[in-house]
Amino acid sequence: MSSNAQKTGFGATIWDYITTVDHKKIAILYLISGGFFFLVGGVEAMLIRIQLMKAGNDFLSAGTYNEVLTMHGTTMIFLAAMPILFAFMNSIAPLQIGARDVAFPFLNSLGFWLFFFGGVFLNLSWFLGGAPDAGWTNYASLALASEGHGIDFYSLGLTISGFGSLIAGINFLVTIINMRAPGMTYMRMPLFTWTTFVASALILLAFPPLTVGIFFMIFDRLFGANFFDVTMGGNTIIWEHFFWIFGHPEVYILILPAFGIFSEIFAIFSRKRLFGYTALVFATILIGFYGFMVWAHHMFTTGLGPTANAVFALATMIIAVPTGIKIFNWLLTIWGGSISFTVPMIYAVAFIPSFTAGGVTGVMQAIAPLDYQLHDSYFIVAHFHYVIVGGVVLAILAGTHLYWPKMFGTMLSEKLGKWTFWFFFIGFHLTFFIQHFLGLMGMPRRVYTFGADQGWDLFNAISTVGAFFMAVGVIILLVNVVMTTIKNERVGNDPWGDGRTLEWAIPSPPPFYNFAQTPLVRGLDPYWIEKMEGNKEGMIYAEPLGDIHMPNNSFIPFVMSLGMFVASFGALYHLDGDKAWALPVLIIGLGITFGSMLVRSWKDDLGFIVTKEELIADQERIQREAQAREGGKNGGLK
Amino acid sequence: MMKGPKKWRLFALMTALLVVLSGCGREEISTLIPAGKVAQDQFNLLILSSVVMLFVIIVVSIIYVLAIVKFRRSKVGEDMIPEQVEGSARLEFIWTAIPIVLLLILAVPTVYSTFDLADVTAMDAQTEEGIAESLTVNVTGKLYWWEFEYPEQGIITAQELVVPTGERVYFNLISADIKHSFWIPSIGGKLDVNPENVNTFYLEFDRESAELDNGVFYGKCAELCGPSHALMDFKVKSLNREDFDQWVAGMQEEQEAPTEAVAQEGQALFEQSCIACHATSGVGATPGVGPNLATFGDRNTVAGFMEHNEENLKNWIADPQQYKPGNLMPNAASLNNGEPFSDQELDALAAYLMGLKVEE
Repeated sequence: MSSNAQKTGFGATIWDYITTVDHKKIAILYLISGGFFFLVGGVEAMLIRIQLMKAGNDFLSAGTYNEVLTMHGTTMIFLAAMPILFAFMNSIAPLQIGARDVAFPFLNSLGFWLFFFGGVFLNLSWFLGGAPDAGWTNYASLALASEGHGIDFYSLGLTISGFGSLIAGINFLVTIINMRAPGMTYMRMPLFTWTTFVASALILLAFPPLTVGIFFMIFDRLFGANFFDVTMGGNTIIWEHFFWIFGHPEVYILILPAFGIFSEIFAIFSRKRLFGYTALVFATILIGFYGFMVWAHHMFTTGLGPTANAVFALATMIIAVPTGIKIFNWLLTIWGGSISFTVPMIYAVAFIPSFTAGGVTGVMQAIAPLDYQLHDSYFIVAHFHYVIVGGVVLAILAGTHLYWPKMFGTMLSEKLGKWTFWFFFIGFHLTFFIQHFLGLMGMPRRVYTFGADQGWDLFNAISTVGAFFMAVGVIILLVNVVMTTIKNERVGNDPWGDGRTLEWAIPSPPPFYNFAQTPLVRGLDPYWIEKMEGNKEGMIYAEPLGDIHMPNNSFIPFVMSLGMFVASFGALYHLDGDKAWALPVLIIGLGITFGSMLVRSWKDDLGFIVTKEELIADQERIQREAQAREGGKNGGLK
Repeated sequence: MMKGPKKWRLFALMTALLVVLSGCGREEISTLIPAGKVAQDQFNLLILSSVVMLFVIIVVSIIYVLAIVKFRRSKVGEDMIPEQVEGSARLEFIWTAIPIVLLLILAVPTVYSTFDLADVTAMDAQTEEGIAESLTVNVTGKLYWWEFEYPEQGIITAQELVVPTGERVYFNLISADIKHSFWIPSIGGKLDVNPENVNTFYLEFDRESAELDNGVFYGKCAELCGPSHALMDFKVKSLNREDFDQWVAGMQEEQEAPTEAVAQEGQALFEQSCIACHATSGVGATPGVGPNLATFGDRNTVAGFMEHNEENLKNWIADPQQYKPGNLMPNAASLNNGEPFSDQELDALAAYLMGLKVEE
């Protein structure tokens, strides 16, 4: 049991996490780094709201403001929301299907480190001459005209972290297709696994267009190509298409796992099977499918002509149907249930009206002629924050509370959690509801200042107050995390008491091999079925206790990603012309990456075996710990 | 859609009601106080979709509130195990069908209006004498200002669009550099100003801007175009047809030379330092490097967003970068043989520029 050997010390722990291929530890890495970037993006949001607090404010200069707004959007989407959702996917989806790890543990680690180094690279732009300033959409004419290296940090950083996302998506797809426990048919998969599956398919199909678009951008800026240079026969509208063919599915990559988390929560805390499970699954697939048909609704004012606008308007409206199906099925899930208002459930309950509000404004914007007024105004800012914050971020906060015990073995404080919720929820509506009206009153988005003669002072001031409420909520959450970690009160398998799916049948956190014996799945909500039939052992098993084959830790993914990181600096500075060190750095960086690929290819790494005796010993240890806990205070919710 | 006079009146009433309820913003810029046919159509769609969406929200809210009130664990009992219902095909059908019907209600006016607002076929219509029947304005977006060319009239102006009320005005939009977006919220929705192609649409101006508090409608750039995107404003004067014709005639005349000594001094200085980029005659001029200043004295703002007074004008000329970061106007010293303009020179320039008028 080499990787399970009890090492102590801070350095050893760090080394363990850098080299780990365990999906649960990689999940923690995703959560910590995604959480860190979430705080960075949050600080940027606060800077934006402070600047817009009053007319003619000079807290930020015009150029700095554009950098802050660009980095806020880019960070929140690519470096905060996606990684935190990846944390839950990594941690929970393999457990939900009864797998011992993901299909490609090595790739899982590689995906994380690529994301991490890409994100660090992008954020280093702040200290190396200025951040990107063309908006997270990076429209080509503005991006090409942008001075300094900001846009190059954007394109290289997103290329690297984009590889990471693509790898993660492929890994989840293969895992869910191949590694389900006996009896776990597709139509018995928990909804969170389903949404992970569909979101991964979207990643697989949506990231290549972004990569192509960014490659063109890199070639234009670094090598003097003319894909987007109008004066040389290029075309900037092509960038808009590439970006939104990626960008619209990207929204669903974020919201579908959020839907999955809420689906789990509604079922658990209503003690009721998901109403219309089949409809929910097909609605998920339909949303994913339609997600690729509607990108041009981001371009209604580009001048595509009435035929294209009408077609994309109708296609966009159709998406409201499966989304509505989901909302009503969730409502009917809690209808007739026994609702326990824990923190995750409060978030889920708050999500329904918030997301509905964001959804209906989405339909309003699908009306192309009306969108001519709403597009690029504060109305759209309000809309997408209603779906992203009211949907994705509420899901992330709910998921953090729900899965904290499964990831860390302790429960976040319910009391502090409720404080966080109220501050965040009230702040969220205070900040964004009023922005609908700012947009209707003629305020364009992405403006660093506004005149006192425009009539927007009061509403902007209110919006800023709301942002401070949200900030207080997040700070309380941080306090909660620190206090919970210090207290370190361990909990049992099913701390919420009403767990329904496989992850709640095993210890919190699970042993590194997850399931000592692969469980046999007899229906939807397998753990609930066993509970209702009075199975004291937890599950019934599909195999006898035996040796388990596990992968070895590896340092190679870290080195491989580091090589890309180093090479990016070389590429970025090479075109300055006056930096002789740039080309060697580019070559050394790529050398590190390709060298570690060669090592990986030539060196056989067959993993290791956990023997039956070791397993029995470990299981006994887990039982002893559980008994000790029961003897003391009963962990968990009740 | 909703062409009937009754419905029109109903919506006008609702508009008035909403104004009373306030929170509608300023009439110079709010989409909620439409002052033209296009904005009115879009406002009607806003109201229609808001009503439909309000219906959805009410239905969801009722089920939602009932559910979380009736089925709290404290109410149904701690140990109650609910029936594990699988679903209901009938309910699934209902909440699939009803949204589809609601969307159809929205889809018909959407498609109609999409084509209606894009219909510029009448743009090139000519009278028998070969004169264009309707006014066309060529708009060019530049960092960070707007140029308005009236090709039929042979005149050019900048920063303040002047249009006649009560008729369709057609716009050809193109950018000279970065992508912009042309938006007059209270008159109609925006259309992007792309660097690679001309976008065309029409607007109608139903109100004379003189009735407004500030005497002009506010126009905006709605697409991020660089540091001073927020300051890329323009103003719109809508005049009745008679006044408009008079304005055009004024533009077509030669500018009178200034009579005051200080303004004459300013003119001499202007012709030495500024005229390479800024034309002071609106006639037939080819597009300029900098904004055409023929109507400068008539305008409501300096640089599109500052109050129109000599103080602001002098500050602007002395250091444009301080007020509109990233704009392309050279700094004062490079225009004036390496020396910043003296106070006296600035006074002269301001006096000259403020005297450039075509209106009464």
